[in-house]
Amino acid sequence: MAKQPDINELKKIAKEVRIEIVKMLNCAGSGHTGGSLSMVELLVGLYFYKFNCDPSKPLCNTRDIFVLSKGHGCPALYAVLAAMNFFSKDELCTLRKAGSRLQGHPQRGLPGVEISSGSLGQGLSIANGFALGARLNKDPKRVYCLMGDGELDEGQVWEAALTSAHYKLDNVCGIIDYNKFQIDGRIEDIKGLEPLKAKWQAFGWEVFEINGHNIKEVTEAYDKAEKIKGRPSMVLAHTVKGKGVSFFENKNKYHGVAPNKEELAKAIEELETEK
Amino acid sequence: MEIKMKPTRDGFGEGLVELGRIREDIVVLSADLTESTRAAWFKEKFPERFFSMGVSEQDMMGTAAGLALSGKVAFACTFGAFAAGRAWDQVRVSLAYMKTNVKVVGTHGGISVGEDGPTHQANEELALMRILPNMTVIIPCDAIEAKKATIASASCPGPVYLRLGRSGVPVVTKEEDIFKIGKAVLLKEGKDVTIIACGVEVYEALRAHEALKKENISARVINLHTIKPIDKDIIIKAARETGAVVTAEEHTIVGGMGSAVSEVLSQSCPVPMEFIGVKDRFGESGDPKELFKLFGLTADDIIKAAKKVIARKNARD
Repeated sequence: MAKQPDINELKKIAKEVRIEIVKMLNCAGSGHTGGSLSMVELLVGLYFYKFNCDPSKPLCNTRDIFVLSKGHGCPALYAVLAAMNFFSKDELCTLRKAGSRLQGHPQRGLPGVEISSGSLGQGLSIANGFALGARLNKDPKRVYCLMGDGELDEGQVWEAALTSAHYKLDNVCGIIDYNKFQIDGRIEDIKGLEPLKAKWQAFGWEVFEINGHNIKEVTEAYDKAEKIKGRPSMVLAHTVKGKGVSFFENKNKYHGVAPNKEELAKAIEELETEK
Repeated sequence: MEIKMKPTRDGFGEGLVELGRIREDIVVLSADLTESTRAAWFKEKFPERFFSMGVSEQDMMGTAAGLALSGKVAFACTFGAFAAGRAWDQVRVSLAYMKTNVKVVGTHGGISVGEDGPTHQANEELALMRILPNMTVIIPCDAIEAKKATIASASCPGPVYLRLGRSGVPVVTKEEDIFKIGKAVLLKEGKDVTIIACGVEVYEALRAHEALKKENISARVINLHTIKPIDKDIIIKAARETGAVVTAEEHTIVGGMGSAVSEVLSQSCPVPMEFIGVKDRFGESGDPKELFKLFGLTADDIIKAAKKVIARKNARD
C-alpha cells in the first residue's frame, strides 16, 4: 500500500515552520515575509511526505531534487531544511548576516540547497537539466521546481516550459505559488497571467489546480503528478500572500518587509492559537 | 610557404568529437546553431548526449547548468554575441556564481564574421565574460589550438568561455606545441617592444614581427590565449625587458584583452601601451579582409602601433 500522509502532523509542522519564518525575518530585520508564508504547505507537503532525501547525506546520488526558483522565498526553505535536520535550527537566526551560509537569496553549498537563485526565471531550466541528467544516468529521481507567480513574467520560464514538454520530462514537477501579488501590486493589475491553467496545458503540461494551503490537496497533487507519464506536471497552487498572520495576509507591503518586534509578538500569538 | 587556413570552430568540432569518444560524461547543447557552431559533428556521433534547445540561449544555459549539476560536463554552443549578450544573467547566476561545470562556446567572435554584420559580430563578449568571478576565458589563435583548448576545458573545473571564429584563419601552431590553460606562449623573442595578441591577431602579430625585423626592430610576440586567469608573469617580464607593449585583439579595446593586460601592468610594471582592437564602435557588414583594414586590425596597424609605443618609451627615458 502506498504511503499515506499524516495530515495533522503535517499541519503541525507547517505551523512551526511559519513561526520559524517570522522569527528569522525579524532577527534579520529584512527579507520577504509574504511570499515565504504563502509557500509553507507546498514545501512541508513535499519534504515531509513525498521527497526522497537523506539530510545526513545531502548530496546522495539517489536523492530527489528541489529547485527553489523564487529565491526570495528562501526563509521558508531554510526553516523546512532546518526542521528536516539538514542543519541546526540555531543557524536560522544568522539569516542575511555577514558570514552566514543563509544568504538573502539561497546559495548552493548550504546543505539541502541545490541551486543559487534570486534572479527570477532561471529555476525551471535548471530543473530540466537535472531531469535530463537523471535520464542519462538512468536514475529514477524526481525533480521539483517551485516558482512564484510574478516570476512567470520572465520569458525564460516559457522557454523552459517548451523544453520540459519537448523532452517529455515526466520526472519534472513544477509548482506555482499563485499568491496573486508581485512587488508592484496585484498580478492582474501589473501583468495578468490568466488563463494560467490553460497556458500551461497549451504548453503540453498536465496541470493540477489546488488550494495550496490545504495539505491534503498538496500531497495528493504530488502523488498524482508522479503517475503522469510522457509529459511534465504542474501543481498550480492558489495561495494567500502572508498566509497565517491576519495583518500580513494580502498586504503587499510585506512582500519585502520583515516583521518588527511588536508585529512578531502578535504574529506568533496568532500562529500559536490558530486551529 | 603556403599558409593553411582553417576556422577555429572546426578545431572545436574535432575536439568535441574526440572528447565524446574518450569521455562518457560529455554532453552538448545547441541553441539552433548546430551546424554553424560545429556541435553537429558531435551530434552525428553521439545523438543521445546531444540536446537541441531551439532559439533559447537563456534556457540553454540553465539546462546546461542542471546537466552539469548531475555530474556531466556540458558544452553550450551558440554565437558569442548571444551567449554573452542574450544570456549574460544566466551565465552570471546559473554558471559563474554556482561554479557549474558548463563550457560556453561562442563562435562567430569578432568582425571576421563578415557579411552578417554587427548584430552577429561579438566584439564585446570577452569583456562581459572576463568580469565574472570564477569564469575562465580562452581565445584560441588557430584550429589546432582550438581543438586543444576544447579538450583542456573539459578538465578545467567550473565555467569556461571559449571564443571561436567563423572564417578560416592561418594555422600558426603545431600539433606538438603544449597548450595549458592560463599559460601564455612566447612565440618570438624580442627586446624593443612586446606584442601581446590573442585569436586571429596572433597571426597578424607574427607578420608584424617579421616586417619590424627588416627595420631592425626586435618585437617579442606573446600568444595570450587565456585572458582569465591571466598569465601575469610572462606579461610583467615582457614589460620589464622590452619597456613597451602593444596588445592586439579582435574585440573592443574597452574591457577586453588589452584592458586585462593594462590592469596587470598598471599595478606591477607601468610601461607605455598601445591598443589594437575595435575602437569603441559596432562592427559592420563586409568581407572580413576589408573589415580588418577598415577597423585597423592588420599587421600594418600593429607595426605602426609598435613604432609609436617605442617612440613613447624613448621619449620617457
